[in-house]
Amino acid sequence: MEESFEVGLTVNGTHRTASVPARRLLSDLLRHDLGLTGTHVGCEHGVCGCCTVLLDGDPVRSCLMFAVTAAGHEVTTVEGLADEDGTPSPVQRAFRECHGLQCGFCTPGFLCTVTALLRETPRPTEDQVLEGISGNLCRCTGYQNIVKSVHRAADILAEES
Amino acid sequence: MGTRIFGEPVERREDARLLTGRGRYLDDLGRDALAAAFVRSPHAHARIADIDVSGALDVDGLVAVYTWEDLPGRVGEPLPLLIPHPALTHGRTGYPLARDVVRHVGEPIAMVVARDRYLAEDAAERIRVEYEPLPPVVGIEAATRAEHLVHDDVPGNVGAVLVQETGDAAAAIDAAPHVLEFSLAIERSASMPLEGRGVYARWDADDGSLRVYSSTQASTSVRAAIAARLGLPNGKVEVVAPDVGGGFGVKIVHPWPEEVLVPWAARLLDRELKWTEDRREHFVSAAHERGQLQDVRVGFDDAGRVLGLDVTIRHDHGAYTPYGIIIPIVTSTQLLGPYKIGAYRAEVTSLYTNTLIVTPYRGAGRPQGVFCMERTMDRVARHLGLDRADVRAANLIQPDEFPYDQGLIFQDGRPLIYDSGDYPELLRKARELIGWDGFDAERAAAAGRGRRLGIGLGVYVEGTGVGPYEGGHVEIDTAGRVHVSTGLTSQGQGHETVFAQIAASELGVPIGDVHVTTGDTRRFGYAVGTFASRAAVMSGNAIALACRKVRGKALRIAGEALEADPRDLEITGGVVHVRGDPSACVPLRTVAVLSNPLRYAFDEEAAAATQFAAARPVTEPPVAAGDEPGLEGRDYYSPVRSTFAAGAHAAIVEVDPDTAEIAILRYAVVHDCGRLINPMVVEGQIHGGVAQGIGGALYERMVYDESGQLLNASFMDFLMPYATEIPRIETGHLETPSPLNPLGIKGAGEAGVIPVSAVIASAVEDAEGVRVDAMPLSPDGLYELRERAAHDPSLRVREGARSL
Amino acid sequence: MKPPPFGYRAPATVTEALDALAAEPSGKVLAGGQSLIPLLNMRLAAPAELVDINRVAELDTLHVRDEGVRAGALARLARVERSAEAAAVQPLLGQALRHVAHPVIRNRGTVVGSLAHADPAAELPAVLAVLGGTVEAASARGRRTIRAAEFFRGPMEPALEPGELAVSAFFPASPPRTGTAFTETARRHGDYALAGVAAVVTLDEDLRVSAARAGYLGIAATPLVLDLTGAAGPHGDWRAAAAHVRERIDPETDIHAGAGYRRHLTGVLTERAFKSAAAEALRRAGE
Repeated sequence: MEESFEVGLTVNGTHRTASVPARRLLSDLLRHDLGLTGTHVGCEHGVCGCCTVLLDGDPVRSCLMFAVTAAGHEVTTVEGLADEDGTPSPVQRAFRECHGLQCGFCTPGFLCTVTALLRETPRPTEDQVLEGISGNLCRCTGYQNIVKSVHRAADILAEES
Repeated sequence: MGTRIFGEPVERREDARLLTGRGRYLDDLGRDALAAAFVRSPHAHARIADIDVSGALDVDGLVAVYTWEDLPGRVGEPLPLLIPHPALTHGRTGYPLARDVVRHVGEPIAMVVARDRYLAEDAAERIRVEYEPLPPVVGIEAATRAEHLVHDDVPGNVGAVLVQETGDAAAAIDAAPHVLEFSLAIERSASMPLEGRGVYARWDADDGSLRVYSSTQASTSVRAAIAARLGLPNGKVEVVAPDVGGGFGVKIVHPWPEEVLVPWAARLLDRELKWTEDRREHFVSAAHERGQLQDVRVGFDDAGRVLGLDVTIRHDHGAYTPYGIIIPIVTSTQLLGPYKIGAYRAEVTSLYTNTLIVTPYRGAGRPQGVFCMERTMDRVARHLGLDRADVRAANLIQPDEFPYDQGLIFQDGRPLIYDSGDYPELLRKARELIGWDGFDAERAAAAGRGRRLGIGLGVYVEGTGVGPYEGGHVEIDTAGRVHVSTGLTSQGQGHETVFAQIAASELGVPIGDVHVTTGDTRRFGYAVGTFASRAAVMSGNAIALACRKVRGKALRIAGEALEADPRDLEITGGVVHVRGDPSACVPLRTVAVLSNPLRYAFDEEAAAATQFAAARPVTEPPVAAGDEPGLEGRDYYSPVRSTFAAGAHAAIVEVDPDTAEIAILRYAVVHDCGRLINPMVVEGQIHGGVAQGIGGALYERMVYDESGQLLNASFMDFLMPYATEIPRIETGHLETPSPLNPLGIKGAGEAGVIPVSAVIASAVEDAEGVRVDAMPLSPDGLYELRERAAHDPSLRVREGARSL
Repeated sequence: MKPPPFGYRAPATVTEALDALAAEPSGKVLAGGQSLIPLLNMRLAAPAELVDINRVAELDTLHVRDEGVRAGALARLARVERSAEAAAVQPLLGQALRHVAHPVIRNRGTVVGSLAHADPAAELPAVLAVLGGTVEAASARGRRTIRAAEFFRGPMEPALEPGELAVSAFFPASPPRTGTAFTETARRHGDYALAGVAAVVTLDEDLRVSAARAGYLGIAATPLVLDLTGAAGPHGDWRAAAAHVRERIDPETDIHAGAGYRRHLTGVLTERAFKSAAAEALRRAGE
């Protein structure tokens, strides 16, 4: 039998625990142990960005991190981006307004990435937007409306601050 | 069509769920299911001498291991050849698990079932397969040489020879004032959706029934295939396509080996079982597309009018032909594009190689055909010293020539007759959008600053909305909700929104009351599938027709209730009322109640419809002869032949004189898909298609070595573009309605991708003055081209012809 | 694509980490994991044990001194990239870090991890090599400092012995009147480069080129450092330097580019990088 490790971490503001082998990827912990299937897995080698979550506020690839390493940290997934009352976040609203998603598979990764990007750079230039989302693949949208969504989200954030 | 919801950029109804992590994709289901993993061939061609599973047996959590010998009866038979064709004389398909011989890297050999995927992979790794390698056939040239065979019983590695012909091309070319001959090449790419394939099956032993979820583009046909293989009646098999993370063609193939094996094992084990394809599997076990070599002979007159065109195409279809020769058919027919070609002959030889199967990827053979025709147009223009756009214009079918019969047989087995269009206007708009006519000065000015700019364009016609049929079912319930279902599936096209727009518009109800279900055999059992830009045309019209039935019934029942002539009634906001008298009204939810005479009153609404309350004359039966209870309707749309969308793309590129890097400065699209249901969604489809086209033009290819190993089977090395590689895409629309269907629509799904390689090749050639005959083109490829052209003047585009 | 099973240790101190590595010499160190975990997921690596150093707080350091920048084994790429202090002392670091993969990867990946991975196509090994930096390695037996020239033994082959942990890397400061530049060409933004060059130019007091050194990635089995001072001459004939480089190198063909193109490209990038570095040196000389 493979050794199990007790992993405790804060996910979307709630303390969660699971008993998992050391090789359990954070993406699999979130999806299969904690049932948070909004984080998607597109390549499992760190290129596509579908599995991007926020680790202590910074976007990271959850397929390139072991659950045991994440123990004690704070993780935010797509399920945790909306307000507590369920109101979608400005980034989520912008993606809907601008048709920034089609099949939706890459979307959670983009939402997490963009949420962090705008926190750090509230008024990004076109180049900053492209650089900011440059590690996330989308096969549906041709990125046109994703870029538009990022600018729109920046507008919404500015309007609401 | 009174309500202004058809044609509006309505925000998508699926987004609320997809933006909050509440989408349900295949691997999000079946949390407690067992997991499957596969042992796949590491050899491109080999005989299996022995399979030793003993090493796997002590892996903790192992449940079962299966090889071909374990598969009973029809489960172990070769997979079906889905689309037979008389020209496909040597069709071959693989087994669900390899029997004796493997013919491509990635072919499944054994299935492992374990408690989770980690453990299943542990066990798969320990299964020892002994191979006797056979000589692999890799690449079209090797397949043609046929020194070795992929299938012993397929001579020359030739699966099919398809000829499409109209007029006497050879004679027309011989008689033409000018003749050119040249060769072209397109490499392999792949659909590469970000969600791979996946199957999850649940056997209900008490009921003797099976529920299967599959990330598929064709759930009804998957059901039929599973039912047949497992010896179950269709009624005992349900197949659901949940949220699907992109398809782009690859998920139309079915049944995949895994779609047979996972349900079979789930029943055998009486356990829930799931297989989620990982990325490496997808590269070597799903499907690729595009690879072709083309030899062209063209004859034309002084004005650039093509008098005769003879094309010989060699198409690499990989190790098996489960999807028939759809790609060769599409290439050889759609090659003609918007042009009147005097006489035409295409001969496509479809060849076996020891590589992954080749099945449609967005565009499905059109990008290759358009590449051939548009490169030809550029050649003709350069040869004559004419403007490239003018040469195209000289060959275009004119607006008053529709319906236009190209004299060939299309992929639906029907004549290739274009329904409608305005190609000169498309070309004019594209020239205007990109600034074609002023570009000479721009190019010269840039050259003065040491920059190399070029412009290119491409025009295409796309057969969309092929039959045979789709259906729609519409039911209004007693709460006023409108339930719309259709059998074809969705992979991000926004069907829940656009079909709701159609239903809301037809029925006169708020779009918020409409709920659309696709790809679920429990809701709609008859369907063909989502491919060939057909969903909006086929299911859209079927849903509209079903809505019209329901509307007719609602007006009749409301007429009885309001004592009004149904012809004087209309529906707005979900309420039926007398035209001009809003007070005389009855809401649809009440009409739904009235439509179903009841014996039992379970709530107040129902009480209004009981047999004692309903206002039917006592001399007549509660349900009139020929009528049915319920406010619902079902209808099908089955067109005589396809609709034909069209478009023109143009691009300006810059090439780096030193590094040979290629940058797209501007990309413009003018597109005509008939009437637009939702312009925002259509534009999104075009954006995505163009980006995939740019991937195919500059980045994506499948690199096989001589032994048949795919060298770039990862996202590190298969270069799908990021946002940083895609320019801003400018779009314009033209709407020439199709006369063939009630809504006047044509399809839009594939349009964006089709001419991109041709357009970029045209633009790079213009910038460099060096012939571009093969795509994709990398900086390394362009560097090589420059080096060769430096020593071979024939590779240079004739000077002087570059000016307008 | 799930990693194979492995033993796991998560030490809290360097001493504990070294004990763990001593106990299982074939153990592999896990820091950012951005190169290691893909290999594990593809089962291209199957270490008996992982020693996860992410909880070793004493390695999470970034020391910027006049003499140079020292990054502890847990200093993430993003942290060093954003450090204005580090950029002031050694601008080449930030110039190169912007080319390392994508921002999200840089949030997790570490400077020392990138060096210890010793990928000849990666940016940081070329930077450490051209600057003549060092890696400090520790083991239960003691500590040693390894010069860049000795550290990169071969592709994916750092000069670390079993049981050894790379605890920090040191990038020397830019001398006065020195300019640096980093240029690379990748197929896609963020990809490993087809070729790349880290250029360092130092001027003398008469503003003549007194030193011109280049570190190359993507064209040899290890980061290649060439001294181009002679080839460029005192007035910085960068075209001549580029021609010299094209003759000196022997790049390989892979699926993304042929050897001929790589050779040509390396020359182009050399000229571009040195023009930029020389301009920067001139600017700094004027400060």
